[in-house]
Amino acid sequence: MADSAEINASRGDTVLQIQGLQAFYGESHILHGVGLDVCEGEVVTLLGRNGAGKTTTLKSIIGMVSQREGSIRYRGQETIGLKSNRIARIGIALCPEERGIFSSLTVEENLYLPPVIAEGGLSIAELYQLFPNLEERRHTRQGTRLSGGEQQMLAIARILRTGARLLLLDEPTEGLAPVIVQQIGRVIETLKARGFTILLVEQNFHFASALADRNYVMEDGKIVAVVQRNELREKEALLQEYLGV
Amino acid sequence: MTTIFDLPVSYFGLQFLIGLQNGAFYALLSLGLAVIFGMLNVINFAHGAQYMMGAFLAWLLLDIAGISYWWALLLVPLIMGLLGVVIERAFLRWLYDLDHLYGLLLTFGLVLIIEGLFVSVFGSSGLPYEKPQALAGAQRIPLAMITGNERDMMMIPLYRLWIVAVSIVCCFGTWYAIERTRLGSYLRAATENPALVRSFGINVSVLITLTYGFGVALAGFAGVLAAGVQALTPHMGSNLIIVVFAVVVIGGMGSILGSIITSFGLGIVEALARIAYPEASGVVVFAIMIVVLLMRPAGLFGREN
Repeated sequence: MADSAEINASRGDTVLQIQGLQAFYGESHILHGVGLDVCEGEVVTLLGRNGAGKTTTLKSIIGMVSQREGSIRYRGQETIGLKSNRIARIGIALCPEERGIFSSLTVEENLYLPPVIAEGGLSIAELYQLFPNLEERRHTRQGTRLSGGEQQMLAIARILRTGARLLLLDEPTEGLAPVIVQQIGRVIETLKARGFTILLVEQNFHFASALADRNYVMEDGKIVAVVQRNELREKEALLQEYLGV
Repeated sequence: MTTIFDLPVSYFGLQFLIGLQNGAFYALLSLGLAVIFGMLNVINFAHGAQYMMGAFLAWLLLDIAGISYWWALLLVPLIMGLLGVVIERAFLRWLYDLDHLYGLLLTFGLVLIIEGLFVSVFGSSGLPYEKPQALAGAQRIPLAMITGNERDMMMIPLYRLWIVAVSIVCCFGTWYAIERTRLGSYLRAATENPALVRSFGINVSVLITLTYGFGVALAGFAGVLAAGVQALTPHMGSNLIIVVFAVVVIGGMGSILGSIITSFGLGIVEALARIAYPEASGVVVFAIMIVVLLMRPAGLFGREN
């Protein structure tokens, strides 16, 4: 695995440091010792086939699995023993794979739902600039009446307001039209430019690799490869083997 | 005097008012049940017993401490709300991951304990509660505008009118708090997907505790209102809550406004049944429940899922 001290030196402080992470859903043991680092301002992807443990890794970081062991440090603070609502308060936010738009809330209520936990979030005006569709549809009675693409944008937008600085995005392009995928790609670039740190789970390798500073490949609940941005070409064969792309 | 089917018009007016009054109690209690079920996934069988406790608490406050009805309206919901918080923290929170049946059994056990205690302390013969002077009288209402006959009059008991008015205000307040405020949006979201709401930094378990406390407080409040209109017995809640469960089933769990409308509607339907065929008034709600369950299993305003 790449020397994390070296990465830290070149990219600034480690925001997220995971070591020996084990995670369980009830009886089933999903993660078997995951380790990864994400540095300030980086976009890091988790790649891998279905069932490799990518979503579980994100959910473990935010505390949404029934049992976690090992170490997950956020800016040096150990979070493995914290409850999900405490973890959110220190600056981590999840955009879940199923998007999690609430049907009993209006679009605007969905947007305002996550409480502001720190300064530095995007203002509503900035969010509507980033996602013009949401402004047009903000009075829609049921959040789930939006199209799939709009729901995805809403799911991203609502965690940008809160001041969270580490964003966990779980397959934001899944099932969306190419033009929307491009739009989401531009949003992620904008967020990176604004200094957000992003851990991105993706099936769409070409989408992910264009954005990522570093790619972790997962298989059977473990990290099996790390590919830096400048190594994409030389490690193409390896990635193909793991991902079947 | 104007009559319809040989009955004076004022009789219809009074029955209608009694129907509204029953609807007012159904609304206060079914709201609490629905909100609790939505957040806790628990069918609060103790709701009737908590309503009864509210009534007895008002009686105790007056009898022992000389605390008036008006203060009881404020104090009883607070005390009952606190009791609800204790019950949730001590018992209910261990049951959320289990089947609904366990919550129902636990709260049913609470009913047996609470009612048993009250029977042994107060007996089951019924205690009178002196309602406040200001609400004791009746208002004469001329019905000439409706019937065209100057001699048609109706006496409206003020206390019944008061119950209907207070219930409407409370129901509207609850609806507003849940459907139109920030806190309400947390509650609605947590009802749908508590894990995700927690991941946004919201302490859902405190919300759940407060929700149960609020539901119990509402039941206690209804109990204070009831104290002024009927004799207090330890079983007054059980008798009422069975009908309220039917009301909740008919209205469905999905909508606050739906529960309120269903409650008042069924109160009036019962009153009409009492006029047309008094023997039917006790079963008409259950007959409607059967029809609704056959036609729309999720209830009139419920969401299918």
